[in-house]
Amino acid sequence: MSETAPLMPRRREVHPVPYDPDYKTSVVRSPKQALLSLESTLIEETGPVFGHDLLGPLDNNLIYNFTQGAAPAVGERIRVHGRVLDETGRAVPNTLVEVWQANAGGRYRHVKDTYFAPLDPNFGGCGRTITDENGYYEFMTIRPGAYPWPNRANDWRPMHIHFSIFGSGFGQRLISQMYFQGDPLIDLCPIVNTIKDRGQIDRLVAPLDMQNSRGMDYIAYKFDIVLRGRRQTMFENKPEGM
Amino acid sequence: MTQPLDILTETPSQTAGPYVHIGCIPTFAGVEGVYPEDLGLSPISDGARGEVITIRGSVYDGTGWALRDAMMESWQPDAAGLFPGQDGADPKVSGFCRFAADKDSGEFTLRTVKPGPVPLRHGGLQAPHIALWIVARGINIGLSTRIYFEDEDNSGDMLLNRIEQRPRADTLIARKTGEGEYRFDIRLQGEGETVFLDM
Ligand SMILES: [Fe+3]
Repeated sequence: MSETAPLMPRRREVHPVPYDPDYKTSVVRSPKQALLSLESTLIEETGPVFGHDLLGPLDNNLIYNFTQGAAPAVGERIRVHGRVLDETGRAVPNTLVEVWQANAGGRYRHVKDTYFAPLDPNFGGCGRTITDENGYYEFMTIRPGAYPWPNRANDWRPMHIHFSIFGSGFGQRLISQMYFQGDPLIDLCPIVNTIKDRGQIDRLVAPLDMQNSRGMDYIAYKFDIVLRGRRQTMFENKPEGM
Repeated sequence: MTQPLDILTETPSQTAGPYVHIGCIPTFAGVEGVYPEDLGLSPISDGARGEVITIRGSVYDGTGWALRDAMMESWQPDAAGLFPGQDGADPKVSGFCRFAADKDSGEFTLRTVKPGPVPLRHGGLQAPHIALWIVARGINIGLSTRIYFEDEDNSGDMLLNRIEQRPRADTLIARKTGEGEYRFDIRLQGEGETVFLDM
């Protein structure tokens, strides 16, 4: 039963390091002890399922969803689209993808964001969708602004969209960020640089996709996401552990 | 040369950041009206079978300060140990919950049913447990752990028995503080550091 096949072990070396003094908050929030590594069990291999009936018609349109269609957000209109796959290359269908971002001025609509760039009365900053049977998803939004943040004296986040993806098992749960091709702030960002493999950083940078852009309307960026895969085997008769 | 393995690489994680609530529980962030309600408000609905319990706790950093910005997700089976979608699973148990540390105190609350034991792939039972996933600013990849229960028989649990330093296993066991009430604190770093999982 493939829904409960064991998950491929997570390759920790492709992820950010937990402790990085250049990202100051990580210094006291990173475990010092080694993780306990075990083969996945049922609780990691199963996960919540969300149906397409969860979604409202504007859920994946951040330009309009805060005003429920009444007025558009300010900013450069963009379309973000891509596929969710797993490590075996198979599409991950019917999985929830959530996004959140700053407005065009780099300000979040959050009770704790005090940056003096103005709020946009027509922009909330969250959206969600569910992949189709081929793992495909898309959003309409505005390009988020870069913003300064308290870390070193003059650190700025590159333009980015936060992504949260579920997969079919709770052990596949992933939160990441999408960056934009050509943004010079990417190379300077301490959060980006918690990933030590340059090739892995590149996988978070969405290319401009003119072929999927629409003249006089929006430009497109493509962002594909890969989740942990499941092991394929008929040899599952060995005792667990020791 | 050999044939290629054709295995893709997982997309790297990035921190959820301080504003994770906007995307996951927008009402908490002050963003109202985009969705009818936040996702994962409760893992159970009225009439769920089993004992309704409340688990409270905080997430502490390496200095002993309770995080005010952490967001957590829990996933669990019903009182009989069945996950949604399995034959006979309790339709009143969605099993999934999202909750945040309080903005002022840092304390979180999870109200749910106590889960039942869950079988291992090759026989044997795991003691009742809830999977917990923690994200926040400064956490570069989400942290996974489990909540077990002080008043259950945990002696044969495969995972707890794999923790070499036995006192560390206690970091995964919720303390009973009253009828149907438990305390489960998470320590990200240092003395009493919670056992985090790679499964
Ligand atoms: Fe951000």
